[in-house]
Amino acid sequence: MSTRLAKGGRLIDRTAAVEISFNGKRMKGYHGDTLASALLANDQMLVGRSFKYHRPRGIVASGPEEPNALVNLGSGARLEPNQRTTMTEVFDGLEASSQNHWPSLEFDVGVVNNYVSRFLPAGFYYKTFIHPRPFWKHVFEPIIRHSAGLGKAPTTGDADRYEQAYAFCDVLVVGAGVAGLLAARAAAQDGARVILLEQAPQLGGRSPVDETTVEGISVEDWLAKAEADLRAMDNVTIRTRTTGAGVYDHGYVLADERVADHTPGDGRPKHRLWRIRAGKIITATGAIERPLSFAGNDLPGVMLAGAVRDFVVNHAVSPGDRTVVVTNNDSAYQTALALKAAGLEVPVILDARDTADGALPEAARAAGIRVLTGRAIAKVKGGKRVTGVAVCAQAGEGAVLEEVSCDAVAMSGGWSPVVHLWSHCGGKLLWDETISAFVPDPARPPLNHDGSAMVSVVGAAAGLLDLPAILEAVASTGISARVETKGRRKEDVTKTVKTSVEIPPIWVMPQGAPITLRSKMWLDYQNDVKVSDVQLAAREGYQSVEHTKRYTTLGMATDQGKLSNINGLGVLADALGQEIPQVGTTTFRPPYTPVTLGALAGESRGEIFQPLRRTPMHESHEQSGAYFEPVGLWRRPYCFPRAGETHEQAVHREVLNTRSNLGLLDASTLGKIIVKGPDAGKFLDMMYTGVMSTLPVGRCRYGLMCNEQGFLSDDGVVARIDEDTWLCHTTSGGADRIHAWMEDWLQCEWWDWQVYTANVTEQYAQVAVVGPNARKLLQVLGGMDVSKEALPFMQWADGTLGGFPVRAYRISFSGELSYEIAVPASHGAAFWEACMEAGKALGAMPYGTECLHIMRAEKGFIMIGDETDGTVIPQDLGLDWAISKKKADFLGKRGQERSFLASPERWKLVGFETLDGSVIPDGSYIVAEGVNGNGQRNTQGRVTSTYYSPTLKRGIAMGLLHHGPQRMGEVVEFNTVSGGTVKARVRDAVFYDKDGEKQNV
Amino acid sequence: MLTLECPYCGVMADETELSPGYEAHLKRFGPGASPEEFEAYMFARKNPKGVHFERWRHSYGCGKWFLAARCTATLEVFGTYPAQVSEPPADIIAKIQARRPDWQPDWKATK
Amino acid sequence: MKRYSVFAIAREAVRYHMGWERAWASPEPKPAYDVIIVGAGGHGLATAYYLGKNFGITNVAIIEKGWLGGGNTGRNTTIIRSNYLQDPSAAIYEKSRSLYETLSQDLNYNVMFSPRGVMMLAQTHHEVRGYLRTQHANALQGVATEFITPQRVKELCPILNIDGPRYPVLGALWQARGGTGRHDAVAWGYARACSAMGMHIIQNCEVKGVRSENGAVTGVDTTKGFIGTKKLGMVVAGHSGQLAEMAGFRLPIEAVALQALVSEPIKPCMDVVVMANTVHGYMSQSDKGEMVIGGGTDGFNNYTQRGSFHHIEETLRALVETFPIISRLKMLRQWGGIVDMTGDRSPLISKTPLGNCFINCGWGTGGFKAIPGSGWAMAELMAKGEPGPLAAEFNMWRFKEGRFIDESVAAGVAH
Repeated sequence: MSTRLAKGGRLIDRTAAVEISFNGKRMKGYHGDTLASALLANDQMLVGRSFKYHRPRGIVASGPEEPNALVNLGSGARLEPNQRTTMTEVFDGLEASSQNHWPSLEFDVGVVNNYVSRFLPAGFYYKTFIHPRPFWKHVFEPIIRHSAGLGKAPTTGDADRYEQAYAFCDVLVVGAGVAGLLAARAAAQDGARVILLEQAPQLGGRSPVDETTVEGISVEDWLAKAEADLRAMDNVTIRTRTTGAGVYDHGYVLADERVADHTPGDGRPKHRLWRIRAGKIITATGAIERPLSFAGNDLPGVMLAGAVRDFVVNHAVSPGDRTVVVTNNDSAYQTALALKAAGLEVPVILDARDTADGALPEAARAAGIRVLTGRAIAKVKGGKRVTGVAVCAQAGEGAVLEEVSCDAVAMSGGWSPVVHLWSHCGGKLLWDETISAFVPDPARPPLNHDGSAMVSVVGAAAGLLDLPAILEAVASTGISARVETKGRRKEDVTKTVKTSVEIPPIWVMPQGAPITLRSKMWLDYQNDVKVSDVQLAAREGYQSVEHTKRYTTLGMATDQGKLSNINGLGVLADALGQEIPQVGTTTFRPPYTPVTLGALAGESRGEIFQPLRRTPMHESHEQSGAYFEPVGLWRRPYCFPRAGETHEQAVHREVLNTRSNLGLLDASTLGKIIVKGPDAGKFLDMMYTGVMSTLPVGRCRYGLMCNEQGFLSDDGVVARIDEDTWLCHTTSGGADRIHAWMEDWLQCEWWDWQVYTANVTEQYAQVAVVGPNARKLLQVLGGMDVSKEALPFMQWADGTLGGFPVRAYRISFSGELSYEIAVPASHGAAFWEACMEAGKALGAMPYGTECLHIMRAEKGFIMIGDETDGTVIPQDLGLDWAISKKKADFLGKRGQERSFLASPERWKLVGFETLDGSVIPDGSYIVAEGVNGNGQRNTQGRVTSTYYSPTLKRGIAMGLLHHGPQRMGEVVEFNTVSGGTVKARVRDAVFYDKDGEKQNV
Repeated sequence: MLTLECPYCGVMADETELSPGYEAHLKRFGPGASPEEFEAYMFARKNPKGVHFERWRHSYGCGKWFLAARCTATLEVFGTYPAQVSEPPADIIAKIQARRPDWQPDWKATK
Repeated sequence: MKRYSVFAIAREAVRYHMGWERAWASPEPKPAYDVIIVGAGGHGLATAYYLGKNFGITNVAIIEKGWLGGGNTGRNTTIIRSNYLQDPSAAIYEKSRSLYETLSQDLNYNVMFSPRGVMMLAQTHHEVRGYLRTQHANALQGVATEFITPQRVKELCPILNIDGPRYPVLGALWQARGGTGRHDAVAWGYARACSAMGMHIIQNCEVKGVRSENGAVTGVDTTKGFIGTKKLGMVVAGHSGQLAEMAGFRLPIEAVALQALVSEPIKPCMDVVVMANTVHGYMSQSDKGEMVIGGGTDGFNNYTQRGSFHHIEETLRALVETFPIISRLKMLRQWGGIVDMTGDRSPLISKTPLGNCFINCGWGTGGFKAIPGSGWAMAELMAKGEPGPLAAEFNMWRFKEGRFIDESVAAGVAH
């Protein structure tokens, strides 16, 4: 059984006990434990079930590569599925439950898949469930979905918050093992601003477990000094519990800091997401140990040798009393020695190599451990945990030579450098035959913006698997750790240092294993991919490594192949009779370890999900109980419902009141762009379809803007302020876009024209004062002459009203007597209140966007976004009068001359009134006879605006109709979604006050 | 996540400060242009895998449009320059050729 | 071709699956073919398949630079829908969707088409009007869609937050027969069927040049030598511009990166596909349990298959706000693809300036759902030399005339 040892444990604090629960069972751990070590200390070897066959799964690793020991951590608004127990620091009250089983971890019905696993080889679902057709959606797929899926789905939102931060540095070092510490120190001593990231809570990497001395002093002392040196330097920042998650172009690095995972609910953000721009990135990310492929290598109790060592040394946890070690390299001997030193039994070390005579094997022999070379595991015995192993010759086919009883197996198939961050942005790899692993190719690094090498790699991540080689590499001048921060070169001048470690390629154990054994050798523990599956994929022609991966799901589990990829590749290469470099590797995609989505979303939630633009009157609208609608980042009042009113009733009241008394609209969102300069008139003549250069000072003119395609893009009233100044109104959503558009042409095409633009949308608040009592209101406010004579239609004047400095535009989008009053934004709220107050006696009511829409539709005015959709030209809307025939050029003119746009067959704007007075359904099309070549019903037009007019007490509509203006009086049919049609008569689009008498007063 | 140096501000601007504007040095064709000329101006794009000249605006900085020579296959930036030129300046060409010796301009220099 | 079935599995299980034959052959190229398709992605393979199935043309080579299905076919978010606004789009996507319904049976390969329903959320009044318009258009196009209430949205997708403070859900356009499929299986299934018809799928063979005489293609130079052909089809999303340049013409296309990501797998919690275009994000849950999430495109030419990270952040902000339960899930893997965007964001299925050369490209961000329909239409174009009604509007000359097929008008994006 696995248990806590009486002594040792460099990371745990035996004076600080914590209580945790696993599947409701109370357990004791210590501060400094990971959840994995605490579970092992409590003999909880079985921790989960695999994805496909629901086989029992135990802890196999001690780091982020763990594929098995994933749990549902916490509950309710703090439930976190698929949490890696090996990366979870325990805290008092931690609750965890195991995943992917029913009804319980020990007894899981889903394990039936295991008993029929022969019928469920790789890709079996592509070959079956084909008939009968409806069964996939309704029967097979739901079963598959429910048996897959791992962790529990949360049911509520997240109780925690997340923070995002930016950081900049000359050199970013990822990983604080010996190599990373040396690299950080060297860069810092060169004067670089350095950030050092470490995923663990403490620095040191594997060195405290795997080494005794560094540079002649004890590893503990060396680490303490290295850390102290770095912390003493102002130009170094160290962040622990922070994973370098992804490397992106031009030195952008994403890092995930687990701020409060181990102190949940303490008020701090759960994670902090760092967006770092680094001049140079050094990865010191170490290496990950590989499993060996032997039959039964997935049973709980079979663990990586390095992990066993970690648990013993770091947490004083023994995975078993009797541990068999199986390996193809020297490093696993350290595990045997560590176990022995802890007083535990190592019945045998099975070494697949023919000889093992290095220092470590000799030390093991000297310690009295039985070492067998040329040996392999034929099969691991046991059910829910290991009970023993059958030993065979590695060279043979698995004939059992002896059986050894044990309760754990520590395996080492060699070490794979962590090349993920090197590869994320295009760094290329070399196959290193000495250690049977991919290593970064320094000649083909990922490139920075200036073409220099963006990433360099030090330590085990570079394939240097022994400390002397790492130190030698640092000592030799020009090593990657010594970074030039200025004048970087494309290739690092790296003296070639070779590791003394040799790892032979042992992909299958024993090498001649028959299919019965190969179908019990796991490559991907979580996804249940076996050696036989990869071989099947190769036989079936899924020969690209990507095909094999996708066909078998190898490496697609939550560890993203950290344990399985190289072993799978080795098996595939053998099956294809090719070398591994020929077969290639799959692409490494960010993130290195999964990153919480909440951290990526940051604080953009709820009210501050996006920036909110408020007009100066916004608060007043809120107090008035306005119902808002989003318009870009603005929120505009849609209507102002009173108690007991529906929105529709409110809108109708607002229309009728504005038409009969007085309405006030917050028009501040309207875009306002100043265009100024000697060439401003010439410029506006290019921007607008009409002529703006001839507009007299003091006058207003309606204008249309098209894109170069000729399609109508924006409209608004332009006012000539003085000889060289115009003010262009745009739609509310269009201000920023149109301003950018103007700047584009001024800067990139007509850069010799002397024109200056400024977007002053937010500098002014604007109130539309609309209705028969509009002038009376302004007169009550007093201060300037707003009479018909002094301020005629389509003119503007500066002055004061009620003591406010104003610019009054006499323009109308409603057909009523109407003024738009602009005041400096700082006066907006007060001016609005003044209008409301003074308007009380005149029947003033605020109105919203829907009332505005109805009133403009009653008058037949077009609305950008309703009558236009990016495919409509002004000519379609009967706006030819606003297009200059004289101008040689304007934006869109050439586009409109193209055959399809100039065609007389286009749909054109007309009005419609239904025969029965009803409202034409929004979005409806006008049907035509017959169907087209694809069997679709022919159409001849569509509705663009359709409303109930409270003024006329009937439905009114505008729309586009083939040859529309020539078909007045004709009855056409609009489709409804229920299959019927609505009949409507074609008519003029102006429904109300055709002669404009209401505004002409 | 690109960084481009704004030739006006001189700052290395993060992509989030910038707005992209696609191919640079397009010649505008207006009224009087043939259908082929106008179509080419509006739609035909070099879209090279390699050296590309493109427009960027320092939208959340100085607001200026500028041009960049960039490799679309590696995202290396050879240089940036003001937008008020009809073809890439000689120093930019030299910078490109320093790193891409085989690359040749596909236009005839006016000077 | 040995048929796949549960009985075949049982038979093979007895002998440890040692008897399965190769899904497709990997022959060396012949000197010449009747038809060469460049690009063994979904669209290229489907084109070849329907050339054989509908027109009996089987002396066909499909040439692939890398491995079949390795481009955008294998790196998309697998959404299948046809609720498009414009007639030509609705026609080809609906044809495609209907072919997907029976594709597993046609190919004898389970492509796992799952008509679980697709909803496009309306979160502004403008968007509501846009989707009402699409619904009316769809009613006349024979595409079954429905505009549903927020309450119905919540019933269909309980994990959706319909009452967000900024963009509450006002309704949704719902296509019950839309859904998802298994992207790799589509490529593999077509490849197996093409191979069974005797067509040659030639992987790891890059086209280096297109030879033509008198305005007609004679063949292609490849890394495996010259291969002659009577007709050439270019179906190489992302690299169309490169190939067109070899043939001497230019396309209205820009190549940009489009990104996607998946979360770690969790138990089923979402049975529909949801697209939220106002806030820019869409999500579904795969059969494995991963939340499959699509992001936006970069605005610059890019051939690296890597996008800019801030687009991922924007997408996740939108989705965490829309689906609060996903906040504590983790991003497992993110990736990018190269998509080609045309001047109107609609595809080209077109003749070219070379008489016997045809092009199929420009599917932008929405190509996976179109694979069967695109192949069907392209096969008809290549077999007859003239487009049928499905392809007719997607010709490359529409830009000169200004005859756009613009889907962006529908307040939607074309994922």
